Amino acid sequence: MKILNLAKQSILTPAGLQESDIEKIMSRLLSSSVDAADIYFQSSHSESWVMEGGIIKEGSYSIEQGAGVRAVSGEKTGFAYSDRIELPVLLEAANNVRAIVRQGQEAQVKLTYAPNTTQYYPIANPLKSLAEQQKIDLLRQIDTETRQLDPRIEEVIISLSGGHDVVLVANQDGQLAADVRPLVRMNVTVIVEENGRREQGSMGGGGRSDYGYFLDHDRALAFGKEAVRQALVNLEAEEAPAGNMTVVLGSGWPGILLHEAIGHGLEGDFNRKGTSAFSGRVGERVASDLCTVVDDGTLAGRRGSLSIDDEGTPTEKTVLIENGILKGYMQDKLNARLMGVKSTGNGRRESYAHLPMPRMTNTYMLAGKHNPEEIIKSVKKGLYAKNFAGGQVDITSGKFVFSASEAYLIENGKITRAVKGATLIGNGPDVLTKVSMVGDDLELDSGVGTCGKEGQSVPVGVGQPTIKIDGITVGGTSV
Amino acid sequence: MQNQEEIKRLENIVQHLLDEAKEQGASAAEAGLSQENGLSVSARLGEVETIEHHCDQGLGITVYFGQRKGSASTTDLSADSIKETVRAACSIARYTSEDDYSGLPEKHLLATEFPDLDLNYPWSISVDEAIALAIECEDAARSFHADISNSEGATVNTHQGIHVMGNSLGFLHGSLSTRHSLSCSVLAQRGDSMQRDYWYSVARNAQNLEPATVIGIKAAERALRRLEGRSLTTRQCPVLYSAEIASGLLGSLIGAISGGSLYRKASFLLDALDTQIFPEFVHIHEQPYLKGALGSSAYDSEGVATKTRDIVSEGILRSYVLATYSAKKLGLQSTGNAGGVRNLMIDPGQDDFDGMLKQLGTGLLVTELMGQGVNMLTGDYSRGAAGFWVENGQIQYPVEEITIAGNLKDMFKNIVAIGNDIDYRGSTRTGSILVEQMSIAGQ
Repeated sequence: MKILNLAKQSILTPAGLQESDIEKIMSRLLSSSVDAADIYFQSSHSESWVMEGGIIKEGSYSIEQGAGVRAVSGEKTGFAYSDRIELPVLLEAANNVRAIVRQGQEAQVKLTYAPNTTQYYPIANPLKSLAEQQKIDLLRQIDTETRQLDPRIEEVIISLSGGHDVVLVANQDGQLAADVRPLVRMNVTVIVEENGRREQGSMGGGGRSDYGYFLDHDRALAFGKEAVRQALVNLEAEEAPAGNMTVVLGSGWPGILLHEAIGHGLEGDFNRKGTSAFSGRVGERVASDLCTVVDDGTLAGRRGSLSIDDEGTPTEKTVLIENGILKGYMQDKLNARLMGVKSTGNGRRESYAHLPMPRMTNTYMLAGKHNPEEIIKSVKKGLYAKNFAGGQVDITSGKFVFSASEAYLIENGKITRAVKGATLIGNGPDVLTKVSMVGDDLELDSGVGTCGKEGQSVPVGVGQPTIKIDGITVGGTSV
Repeated sequence: MQNQEEIKRLENIVQHLLDEAKEQGASAAEAGLSQENGLSVSARLGEVETIEHHCDQGLGITVYFGQRKGSASTTDLSADSIKETVRAACSIARYTSEDDYSGLPEKHLLATEFPDLDLNYPWSISVDEAIALAIECEDAARSFHADISNSEGATVNTHQGIHVMGNSLGFLHGSLSTRHSLSCSVLAQRGDSMQRDYWYSVARNAQNLEPATVIGIKAAERALRRLEGRSLTTRQCPVLYSAEIASGLLGSLIGAISGGSLYRKASFLLDALDTQIFPEFVHIHEQPYLKGALGSSAYDSEGVATKTRDIVSEGILRSYVLATYSAKKLGLQSTGNAGGVRNLMIDPGQDDFDGMLKQLGTGLLVTELMGQGVNMLTGDYSRGAAGFWVENGQIQYPVEEITIAGNLKDMFKNIVAIGNDIDYRGSTRTGSILVEQMSIAGQ
């Protein structure tokens, strides 16, 4: 109730809207042939600060608000939105949207409140968790301490950002649900130079928390240290080998492999339409029996977590692959209805100005039995990919690609040399069938992931233990 | 006429923002405002799938208190919100540092002439007409071949926007522009092999869009030709970048010679000005005043007049790509590139696509790139790729699940030829580009 009241105060009160106005808009949207409809109100406040060249170089503050209205009939969707939260504007939007259905009389809707759900993060505004001067002092402290770590450091760039997102969503049954979502993020990039060679390293993290997160356990300082370490490793790195080889993926962020190679192919929309390489394969083996993969929006304070999704459905821990067998897909309401299943709480949208679709939350592989050292030891010749930059997938052909930002050669069971510029490419439906060892060191990423799909960006989490893949194509420059 | 009144109204809001900044003590300010309306209609499997009505607005302001600055933005254009937004920007400027290089552009660089660049052609297409057009496009793709097995649909998009930019040096200008597109994406299937591909057309004037059936057929052809692709063994060979992806190579060039990369010394083309970075025949230039083109504008996002100019001639790098801040950092003058390059062109050679395949001889034609494996600091380049294996100028079979790698510095120097098969759809216009040798990694 507290969250609902907060959302109403943040969004409806300033706009002078009453609950009865929402009923009016919803009634306008609905008719006998509408299967689903919603009104999504959002108010977001965000800020970012950048320190570079030893000075506080930039600061910005942004307020975004608006509402989107949607009506769905069968597979057809009508959608309109406006930055103006005003009754006449939203009624007109509802009229436009309703044209998709072209028939039927207006229905009457009475608002009710969605039952309380578990909150996985605090509701306080993170922008106010530190005074402005404290934010500046934090940036300066990290800058100073990071620069002292090594004489080869040429430049340190630090960014700090925070957002407070309040959403209110009413569905066709008149049920009103709300969520208040904090999100903070910090990143440190370091450029080093030695004998004329320049390299960089970068580390960051965050989550659905406040700025205190970066002070706890000296996390912010640790980002600086890690960025320096990676940059110095890159100074030593030689050209990566090319060809098909055994690859050991590190724990944590390399879980982006799961996100790209598997996760996208298991989103409900692609499978409902039959355009995914995983379409129609529930119950089949898609991975070695060592692999269990879940999507879990319920982890406390994680970047990809949500108490409810953007359709008001509580998130859950959804088992996607269990001991190698495909169990199910991630669903929003529209695709769940058309596939005759329930929404898994994966209906997400970038903002009120975008349509929801099935998206991941935190996607990770559960821990196995092997000690990570044992895994390295088992490889005669291969690549250890400890950290990654971004990745991409073609969900139809299943082909994926991602770039290692920190990688090493494994020779005779030992990590020998650092290599740079390694790109891994493979086939999503095949890659997990080649997993021959899974570590006992499950780790989630530090909170840096942003996933893009059809032009919409949403924050996500990934994770995995150390895993060994027997044979994946590595693209390097050394032939 | 109604448009002119609306531009005037929005210009007044921007002027009001700038006045408010002055009122609150700022020594200088710049502000921008945009308002866009649009319609997006998609059809799938012969029926309408989504109808989206777009309506976006937003304004942003940067204030300067001497050498300190702060920025704020909002989607709410009301008078109260404007006051609040300026206040937020001013509050931030209390905490940012003195930066010797920050500030507005030099006044004499600001645009003073605003020629009509033919950018505004509203498309009075109704929702029903848009649905019919999308269905026509998708039908052409689906009926093209029995192996076209599924579809992601066809989409019609039309947008009109007003953009206003102003600063406290007296610059204030608003302009109207439109952008329309038609796209189609279908799947082809044969046995176990399933592939998806797409085609699109985009223009300021809807009359210049490719016909719906042509777009549908191209999407179908592209999906079909990818079926039953194979990997390649690891090797070195020449690589031909097809025109629609070759613009990415020029994008990497621009990234490397942009002020931000240069003053951070995060570019593989540091200190490359006036040096040979391409073969002598390469001529790359910026054309901001092309009529009706997607990138055209008389001024950049700071109000600085844009210029028709050479970036590379005779293979030599002639100019960096600078905005006011980066230019001051480098002790140079803005090149009118705040917000990017406007219409980047590379002179084509004699050969069409078939001629380029002949020049390639035996090697790889790349038609798709995946992933972000480009290191701007070192020029290291390693990306996922798909395309076709070519022997003696003839396409042999589709190729997938490989990577192509090299270093951009070498790749630029080893460009052998540029085709005249120019892709006009983006704000970078290039034909296909042949690179003498790259590393291929595969099975």
